[in-house]
Amino acid sequence: MTSTSVSIPRRRAAVGTTESTRSRPRARPSTVVAYVALGILSLLWLAPFLWAINTSFKSETDASASPVTFFPAHGYTLDTWAQIFRAGSVPLWMANSAFIAIAVTALTLVVSTLAAYAFSRLDFPGKKVFYALTIGSIMVPTQIFVVPLFDELLALNLVDTYWGIILPQTIAPVMIFVLKRFFDDIPQELEDAARVDGATRFRVFISIVLPLSRTILAAVAIFVFIGAWNNFLWPFIVTNDPNLMTLPVGLQTVTPGYSVIFALRMAQAVLAAAPLIIVFIFFQRHIIRGISTTGIAGA
Amino acid sequence: MTTSSLTPRGRTPQTRRPRRSLSGLLYIAPFFVLFGFFLAWPTVYGLYLSFTDRNLAGSAAAQLVGFANYVEAFGDSLMWRTLGNTLLFTVGSTIPLVIVALALALLVNLKLKGQWLWRLSFFMPYLLASTVVSLIWIWLFNPDLGAVNAVLGAVGIQGPAWLQDPQTAMAAVIIATVWWTVGFNFLLYISGMQNIPEQVYEAASVDGASGWRQLFSITLPLLGRTTALVVALQVLASIKVFDQIYQMTSGGPADSTRTILEYVYDAGFSNYRLGYASAISYIFFVIVIILSLVQLRIFSRKAGR
Repeated sequence: MTSTSVSIPRRRAAVGTTESTRSRPRARPSTVVAYVALGILSLLWLAPFLWAINTSFKSETDASASPVTFFPAHGYTLDTWAQIFRAGSVPLWMANSAFIAIAVTALTLVVSTLAAYAFSRLDFPGKKVFYALTIGSIMVPTQIFVVPLFDELLALNLVDTYWGIILPQTIAPVMIFVLKRFFDDIPQELEDAARVDGATRFRVFISIVLPLSRTILAAVAIFVFIGAWNNFLWPFIVTNDPNLMTLPVGLQTVTPGYSVIFALRMAQAVLAAAPLIIVFIFFQRHIIRGISTTGIAGA
Repeated sequence: MTTSSLTPRGRTPQTRRPRRSLSGLLYIAPFFVLFGFFLAWPTVYGLYLSFTDRNLAGSAAAQLVGFANYVEAFGDSLMWRTLGNTLLFTVGSTIPLVIVALALALLVNLKLKGQWLWRLSFFMPYLLASTVVSLIWIWLFNPDLGAVNAVLGAVGIQGPAWLQDPQTAMAAVIIATVWWTVGFNFLLYISGMQNIPEQVYEAASVDGASGWRQLFSITLPLLGRTTALVVALQVLASIKVFDQIYQMTSGGPADSTRTILEYVYDAGFSNYRLGYASAISYIFFVIVIILSLVQLRIFSRKAGR
């Protein structure tokens, strides 16, 4: 499991044997330099987060000690972590985030997959116009229109509701594009055979096309989920009720800019970051592949 | 494009043209209902709002005011200031985000041991929510109690006040942004490098080309398309910056980091002037669309070669 996790399967098959010879570096001086450079850089990238974890286990006195030290003068403590779970809001926001991100992901998958399949396989009146609308809207940056969107949701009484947070996040035209391209490459014969046996079009879609598309569905799901879990601007605008807030929004609203409660802040940051990082460590290959396949078309 | 990596092999010509029927409309209906409500309508409604004096604070119904909002916007020095800041952030973040990503990817692509660790380090921050990034960097950048100035102090440099100083606030925000999002560009470069056929390098080795020579004559030129893609995506992402700046500085100090999207937010949700905010949105929208079209042209020309 060296470096092949994002490589292209087709290409790998073609070069199969040569890759292994290249991936075994000889211990030349330049290799040592490369190791040192990579080591320093990766430490630089990990340091902020590791230091944040470290600070979350300090007392507030030690966390704001001057001069700054890595190790606490009075030892490590679980006080701030206990405080977070006692105070209540953070676990609630976390549950909100999970619920909203899962709902956004599920809805996006359902509506995008259906539309992509229709654009790929079916013929219907207005197909060209609808597809052009979908592709054209990829260029529309939705963040720019938060003001009219908010005014609309005010009229619809959807401000401060789960639906108001979730529904506007489910429009992912670029995912329709990615999925359609995938469906285009599935051999038509597989579906024709089932159709001859009397299966309906929808039945074929559910029991043949979707199972064949697991990889791309997973990639789209991962990309949408990460986006929804971390989304800030829209949930921030549409929620005032602390009971409905997602984790990123909740953390922002309770923390005034510059007060000195560093240990608590870092514990909150670490807690908010933990779920995705843990998932990432376990599913690194899938996530990296998902991001690079959908992300190229999508970001 | 790498998307092909997930497609099944063996493309077959479509043997049977589907019958034209209305049932396809049922498949696209759920998406287009959402599309209509939450994308198409806000876009159209925003254009209408931009010609009104719609205000969230007043109880009076919105009146059409013609081009008054646009006239005001073009004479509004703060709008130009925020546009300038947006440009500064876009250029100032795109350059390091491309160069650092390329450098990291080149190093990792040497295929040294510990691949999972290198990828985890450089990509992990990308998984963090903007709020988390802001919490961490507000603390790191604290002039007296933060780690950045502590480290600088250890090597004898008196660090600035970072986020509290108009001279350094934008740089500080950019540093945090590079740390946060470089992992995405890094991944795109890694994918791009793995698309370069091994045989090219073998041929070069046989011809006696050194590692550096291969880097400059093979790797970098063949990454041209990837670089065009990374730059295009990064410019469009950077120009829409809001989250981390709003969270770290709220646009301050002295408006030195206030960007156009934050100005839209301020006009709409701090001053309740939805009409004026929509007008600025539309000015910004036109800029983004022009930029996208220009990039699309440049990029498709590159790709066509």
